[in-house]
Amino acid sequence: MKRPVATSVLEVAGGQKAGPDGFVRLAVDDRIWICLALGCAKGLQDFLSVWADGSDICMALGAPVKGVRFIASLPMKRNAYPSVSKNHAPALRLERALRDLKGIEPQGLPDHRPWIDHGKWPSSPKGRQKELPRPAAPYTFLPSEGEGLHQIPVGPVHAGIIEPGHFRFTANGEAVVRLEERLGYVHKGIEALCTGADIATAARIAARISGDSTIAYSYAFALAVEATLGWRPPPRAKLLRGIMAELERLSHHINDVGGICNDASVVVLHAHCTLLREEILQTAMQCFGHRMMMDVIVPGGVTQDLLPEDAGRIESLLDRCLERFEAVVRVYDEAPSLQDRTVTTGYVSQELATQYAAGGYVGRASGRNFDTRKSYPYAPYDHLDVGVAVRAEGDVDARVWVRIEEVRSSVKLIRGMLKKLEPGPIMAKATTLKAGTGAAMVEGFRGDVFIALRLDETGRVSGFHARDPSWFQWPLLEAAIEGNIVADFPLCNKSFNCSYSGHDM
Amino acid sequence: MRSLLLRSLLQGSAVIAPPKPGEAAMAELAEELGAQAQRRLGRSLAIREVDAGSCNGCELEIHAINNPVYDIERFGLKFVASPRHADVLLVTGPVTWNMREALERTYAATPSPKWVVALGDCAFNCSVFAGSYACAGAVKDIIPVDLHIPGCPPPPLDILKGLLALVAHAEG
Repeated sequence: MKRPVATSVLEVAGGQKAGPDGFVRLAVDDRIWICLALGCAKGLQDFLSVWADGSDICMALGAPVKGVRFIASLPMKRNAYPSVSKNHAPALRLERALRDLKGIEPQGLPDHRPWIDHGKWPSSPKGRQKELPRPAAPYTFLPSEGEGLHQIPVGPVHAGIIEPGHFRFTANGEAVVRLEERLGYVHKGIEALCTGADIATAARIAARISGDSTIAYSYAFALAVEATLGWRPPPRAKLLRGIMAELERLSHHINDVGGICNDASVVVLHAHCTLLREEILQTAMQCFGHRMMMDVIVPGGVTQDLLPEDAGRIESLLDRCLERFEAVVRVYDEAPSLQDRTVTTGYVSQELATQYAAGGYVGRASGRNFDTRKSYPYAPYDHLDVGVAVRAEGDVDARVWVRIEEVRSSVKLIRGMLKKLEPGPIMAKATTLKAGTGAAMVEGFRGDVFIALRLDETGRVSGFHARDPSWFQWPLLEAAIEGNIVADFPLCNKSFNCSYSGHDM
Repeated sequence: MRSLLLRSLLQGSAVIAPPKPGEAAMAELAEELGAQAQRRLGRSLAIREVDAGSCNGCELEIHAINNPVYDIERFGLKFVASPRHADVLLVTGPVTWNMREALERTYAATPSPKWVVALGDCAFNCSVFAGSYACAGAVKDIIPVDLHIPGCPPPPLDILKGLLALVAHAEG
C-alpha cells in the first residue's frame, strides 16, 4: 500500500452530489480511510463521528467553509478497521466505546482501556460481534509523577444535583496538574434499544438520550427519518420546530449563566435566572403541553399546534425575559468579584477547539466560527439570519458571553419565526415505508447533535447512531482545568455543562 | 448590582401558595411506613439526590423545586451534599448496571431511619429503557422504596406534593 498522506475529503469527493439528508456518501478503501483521518489531524476537515453500520465502518466528516458533509464507509475485515484515533485523537473515546459495545477492533488504537464497559453487565451488549475479555477492575488511571502530588477522587455520586461520573484530580496543593474523567455510569444501551424498534418507539427513546436536549434529539431524529423516507413536513411544523428549539436554547443558556454566577457565589443572579427559566418552562407547558416539550417533535411534523393566543404569550414572555435578563447581564458585566473568578479561568486554546471540532459555546468561545444552523442550515434556519457569536478568549467569561449573545439572538429568531407562521397542517400525510439510510445534524443548546440511522423496508430502525456534542467537549474540560485551582473546577465544569447521559448513551 | 438587589427586594415574592400533600403519595406512604419511624425527624428532612441512570430530565425539575417559585426550603426540605447527612434518598433513572454499586453504597452510607423516593417513570419501571442489557432494573429492584413520584419528568408541583406527604408522615 502506498504510504497514506493527509488528504482533504473535498479532494476525494468534493464534486459529488449530496443525498437528500445533505451528506455526500463515499465508499473508501483502507488507504483513503487513513488518508482522511490524517486530513482531520491536519485540520483539512472536521471529524464528526465514527460508528458501525452493519459490516461497514462509517466516518462522518465536515467541511464547514464549503458547507458540505460526508459519510465515508469502509467494509470491515473480520470486525476490524484501521483506527482513526491512531492519527486523530478526538476519535479515541468513540473508538474505545465502539470496541466495548460492538466488539469491533480499531487496529492501532492507542488506548485499550475499556470506556463504557465497566465489567458490570451480566450479558453482552446486544449486537456485540465477539466476546472481549471482561475489563479488569480496578480501572487504571493515567500516571502522574512528581514531588508533592496527591490525588482527589470525586464521584460517581457528586455533591450537587447532577449526573454521575468520576473525576480523578491529581493536584499539587491547590493547583490541578491533571484531571482524568471516567464516564459511562449512565450507559443505558440506547443504540441497541433503538435497533429493531419501530419509528415511533425509537423517537421516544431518542427524545430521552439527554433530557436537557430533548428537542434537539427529537429534531435530529425526525430529520434523519424524513430524509430516509423522502417525507416532507409542512411549513408550519418546520417553524414550530424552530420556535421550540430556540425556547430550549433560551431556557438552558439563561440557566447556565445563573449557574456559573452561583458557582462564583453570586446567588442573587442565580435566583433571577432560575425565575426566568421557570417562566419559559411554564410558557412551554401552556403552549405545547409539556414543560420541556418532550415528544412534541416527531417524524413527519409536530404533535402540538400553537394557538394564536399562545403565540401572544410567547411574545410577551420574550419581552419580559429579555428586559430582566439584560439587568442580570449588567450586573455580571460590572461586578469585579464575578469577573475575578471567570476571566482567564478554564482556558481552552483555539487549536484544541478546532482539532476537536468542539461544538456550541465551548468551540465558539475559543474562536471556532461554527454553528450548525449557519454552516449546514436546515429548515427553518435556511430562511433565517442566524448570527454566530464568536469570542477569542477561550475562558469561562467568554463562554458566558457567547451564551448571553445567543440568548439575544434566540429572542430575535423566535420573534421572526412567529411573524412567519401561517395557518396550515402540522403533520405531513403518512408516507410509504422503504429501506434506506439518513443522517442529520441539529444545533442543540450545547452544540451539534448528530444522528445517523438505517431503516428496513417495514419501517423498523435497523441501525442507530447518535453522537452528542459532549464527546468532543469532555476531553477539552480536562485541558481547561490544567493549572487552575481545584476550587475553580465547578466553575469550569458549569461553563462547559457537558451531558453525561448524552455521552454515555 | 445595587439596583438589581433593590428591585429584588421591592418586586415582591414569586413564591406560590403551599400545595397540599399529594393524595396518592399519602396513600402509598400509609402502606409503606412503619409507625415507629414517625415523629423522629420533626418538620425537617435532608435529601440526597442520586442519579442512577436518568436522562437528566428529572434532575432539571428537581433543580426547579429549589427555585424561588416553589422554594422547597420553606417546608424544611433541604438538599444535602452527602448521604451521611441525609434522611431521604431521591433516586432517578432506570438503575444502570454501571451505577448499581454506587447506589447500593450510597444507600448503605445513609443513616437510619431513612426513606427512599423513586422519582420519575424510569425509576418506577425503567420506562423506555426496560429490557436493556445495561439496565439492572427499577429502583425498587435494587433498594427498598417508600414512595414513587411518577412523570416523565414529574413537574415540580408533583415533586413538591410527594415530598410534602413524606414530611407529613415523618411528622406523624
